Amino acid sequence: MIFALATFGILLAMILVLIRLIKGPTLYDRVLAVNSFGTHTVLLIGVVGFWNGRPDFLDIALLYALINFVGTIAILKFFRYRAIGDVMWTPPQKDEDS
Amino acid sequence: MRLVVYAVILSGLWLLWSGIYKSLLITFGAASVLLVLLITVRMNRIDGDRIEIELNPLKFIGYFGWLLLEIAKSNIAVTKTILSASMPIKQNLFDVPYTQRTDLGQVIFANSITLTPGTVTVETEDGHFLVHALSYSSDDMDALADMDRRVSETELVARV
Amino acid sequence: MSEYEGILQLLSWVLIAGGTFFVVIGAIGTLRFPDFWARLHAASVTESAGVILLLAGLCLHAGWTLVSVKLIFIGLFLFITGPTSTHAIANAALVSGLRPKSQSVPTGNPDEYQP
Repeated sequence: MIFALATFGILLAMILVLIRLIKGPTLYDRVLAVNSFGTHTVLLIGVVGFWNGRPDFLDIALLYALINFVGTIAILKFFRYRAIGDVMWTPPQKDEDS
Repeated sequence: MRLVVYAVILSGLWLLWSGIYKSLLITFGAASVLLVLLITVRMNRIDGDRIEIELNPLKFIGYFGWLLLEIAKSNIAVTKTILSASMPIKQNLFDVPYTQRTDLGQVIFANSITLTPGTVTVETEDGHFLVHALSYSSDDMDALADMDRRVSETELVARV
Repeated sequence: MSEYEGILQLLSWVLIAGGTFFVVIGAIGTLRFPDFWARLHAASVTESAGVILLLAGLCLHAGWTLVSVKLIFIGLFLFITGPTSTHAIANAALVSGLRPKSQSVPTGNPDEYQP
């Protein structure tokens, strides 16, 4: 029963985060919401797996955590450099005017 | 020597993850370990970059326990802020100096700051981090200085 | 023996319920807080307390099996990547020029804080 409670709690949280994802005024609000949504998904996969008595889904949960992290970094990198692959490396300096 | 250690660690990880020990799957596992070793050797030829772990394991475990307590405390504080009707937010961006010698120590300190809800490391500069606090009070600097000291204590003393 | 198992079971229930509570609190915070910088902190409630408590509860439920090992790996991984991606988002927002609403001086001296 505790797993049912946890599943519905996480689903509720996911809906709230989705509302923020749609509303979120800036790009960074949205990236934050997507990243948070991914963390919720990892937890949901784990809890639902236990609820069904098949914790084998944990492999997928770990994979999802990996992809979520890489995806967040890729989105941020793309919006900063407009490129996902190699970027011309400039020494870190404060660009005040950007 | 280093490669043997890697192979043992990778094989151990694979065996822990798989859980099914049939000859076909074990063959796949061995093949993937070999593939990873091959890639590691190739990458090592391009740049010999390595991370030295210069931490005192016992002290680090102690620090980890202390960090969990801090996380619990600050979680309760942030939860109160979220649930209160007025939401007493007092945001602030401020500099926090760090004293860690190694890169790994600095990473641990910065990630510890971010892990405790209520403070986030925003920018890393030479000698100090830029930290954003949700509800700033003048005790925050002391608390962060205390955390900084604890992280520095887990580092091994430099071999001169 | 069964009493010991019962206590473990109860403890895992408490941990899972607590984790769910913090996950929901974090989501409410991301919805309620007024600006991006505050929401950052609400999201990290989910990422720290929610993840730790839920995974610890599932671990206790699974007992000494390979499933627990996987849960510990997921926990360690989220423990390292969670703050890193939070930092990446905050850093990208700072570089793009987004500043906290209620503060006029960026990187100011805390004493000059203006509400």
